[in-house]
Amino acid sequence: MRGVAVAGVGLTKVGEPWERSARELFAEAAVAAMKDAGNPAVDALYVANMSGGHLQHQLQFGAMMAEAIGRPGIPAMRVEAGQASGGVAFNEGVKAVASGMCDSVLVGGVEKMSDMLPECVASSQAMAEDQEYVAFTGVTKTGLSAILHRMYTEGFGARPEDVAMFAVRGHDNAVGCAHAQYPFKLSIERVMASPMEADPLHMMECSAVCDGAAAVLLCPAERLRDGVEVAGTAVATDAFSIAQRGDPLTLGAVRRAAERAYAVAKVAPKDMDVLEVMDDTTIDGVLSLEGLGFAKRGEGAAFVAAGGTSKEGEIPTNTFGGLKARGNPLGATGVYQVAEVVLQLRGAAGPSQVKDARIGMAQSMGGVGSTCSVSIMRRA
Amino acid sequence: MRTLNKVGIAGYGAYVPMYRLRAAEVNRMWGTSGEPVEEKSVVGLDEDTVTISVECAKLAVRRAGVDPSEIGAVYVGTESKPYAVKPSGTIVAEAIGATPGVSTADYEFACKAGTEAFQTCIGLVGSGMQRYAMAIGADTAQGKPMDALEYTAACGGAAYLFGPLDDSLAEVEASYSYVTDTPDFWRRPKEIYPRHGNRFTGEPAYFKHIIGAGKGLLDETGYKATDFKYAVFHQPNTKFPINVSKMLGFGMDQIKPGLVAPLVGNTYAGSSPLGLAATLDVAEPGDRIFMVSYGSGAGSDSFVFRVRDLIKGRRAGPKVQAFIDRKQYVDYATYLRHRGQIIQ
Repeated sequence: MRGVAVAGVGLTKVGEPWERSARELFAEAAVAAMKDAGNPAVDALYVANMSGGHLQHQLQFGAMMAEAIGRPGIPAMRVEAGQASGGVAFNEGVKAVASGMCDSVLVGGVEKMSDMLPECVASSQAMAEDQEYVAFTGVTKTGLSAILHRMYTEGFGARPEDVAMFAVRGHDNAVGCAHAQYPFKLSIERVMASPMEADPLHMMECSAVCDGAAAVLLCPAERLRDGVEVAGTAVATDAFSIAQRGDPLTLGAVRRAAERAYAVAKVAPKDMDVLEVMDDTTIDGVLSLEGLGFAKRGEGAAFVAAGGTSKEGEIPTNTFGGLKARGNPLGATGVYQVAEVVLQLRGAAGPSQVKDARIGMAQSMGGVGSTCSVSIMRRA
Repeated sequence: MRTLNKVGIAGYGAYVPMYRLRAAEVNRMWGTSGEPVEEKSVVGLDEDTVTISVECAKLAVRRAGVDPSEIGAVYVGTESKPYAVKPSGTIVAEAIGATPGVSTADYEFACKAGTEAFQTCIGLVGSGMQRYAMAIGADTAQGKPMDALEYTAACGGAAYLFGPLDDSLAEVEASYSYVTDTPDFWRRPKEIYPRHGNRFTGEPAYFKHIIGAGKGLLDETGYKATDFKYAVFHQPNTKFPINVSKMLGFGMDQIKPGLVAPLVGNTYAGSSPLGLAATLDVAEPGDRIFMVSYGSGAGSDSFVFRVRDLIKGRRAGPKVQAFIDRKQYVDYATYLRHRGQIIQ
């Protein structure tokens, strides 16, 4: 297996671009990534997307986007793994280059939710949970996270305010970020005063409906001097539904994917300079930190509240705002995370820049921990 | 758009039913915490769009002092007409004594049906086809229980009698219309409640069209926001008209007299006409008034009015503020009864 590098990144501003389609958004991000990489040939295209089949009634995103980026004819496919789609697509793209079968692979993600009714968006997100045994009850993804939140605060005595600080930290980091959906500060008082989305999760603890697309172009590491290399990438799964897990507060997929990625990259959590984690809701972010090994079990919320994840903290986390503030365009989110880590390692993160960032990690999660992807990047 | 013959408003009248439902009462019912408006008007048991229209129309005719038989057109803009097929306009025309030498029809364009009728009447009078033509915007708007619109969907309206400039209390200097196919809010046949695209009703719908029609008319006339004493915008809630006025360069002082939504709610086709009536209630001769409606589907009509000396003698009878002050609160159950929403 050969080394793989990220030669180009492209992002669209996350938001509600009412007049732009998934196709247009994807093309903007992909063309930017190709341009960033010097417009090489593209051997294969992986399109991460979660809900296009449901929200746009559109499948075959692969062929559609190959044409949209001006490269009809190339091998292309859609990758779906719920909100982990972007991370899993990246993992597939890395494997294609590492194996030697492809020299230039474009991995992009796109999601278009804003012109759909909220109930359609909620039902499409609930599709990531087991329909036969859990989702049919009408529970939403946020509802499932709320159950974990309650178990977490009751089981470990954690303060709800400390869990909610995950959203505050994300917003702190989003200030000045050009591609963030909500680039402004958010006070803990405002979070705790916001209406309940799913008790005990407040509205301001949850990511919002948005659209966005992100893309990265991968090439063999030997072709890119002074670039950003993929040090390790792994995907793992857990018992599909949280109802089937003995200990729902331990995200087994996160732990397994992280252990594998750390082993491949030959690094440990303490080596990380920058981290992007999945915080569809605040409790998802807290449990992800614990699963990745940055905080002990039951101590993640206090770690966040104490400043452990802030830009000057132990592990600068979600440095462009994370899912809450940068935004969570579902299938595209995992690709945003990878692209943001690359920007950090290039020293091109603007106001979000973490000083001397040399190694960073992106983690995404489908469902409530059913699928997890972890990718570690390093400055060459 | 300008007319060949100069046109003005000969008379106007407004009406708001006396019952009110507080946002707090909706919140009590559903355990929610919204307050897009403080309270909204609710019809009485024997009121509907036609009775509201008749109230407004009678006041407008009385203020204008016109012989009703001279009124050649009566158009009712509404999305809550009592009959699916049978004009509301005929009932109103009959009630004010304008029949039978009169053209009538009901207009539908969601919340801008009333100002769409303005445009037609201005055209009829401006072309010389009619000496007087009446446009009414009135609604008893439907809000689905527990939907965001339940706080705001209200009842009320205003009527405007357009006529020749020399017999008018305000001149219609110019108007403009801006329309695109934007499905932000709709109600299919036989459905009781409208459906809407939530946040889609804001930026790409309300704001885009009001700004399009507003800027279009300002460009056409060469006026700036500072050339106007007052401005009136469609009022689906309290926040939207305030925000859009800022975006077009208008200040709170200019929109305040016509901002009736906080205590009346969104009277749909009656909304901006009601705001205009409240503004005319306080305007002085020489004042210029800017007005932009908005109707889902979607489009906006914009108007420049200039108040004339005749206004001083044509404001007898109840002002909009009097209707706002005359109120009786109802609880949620009574509200449902008044709206005919209890299954019997």
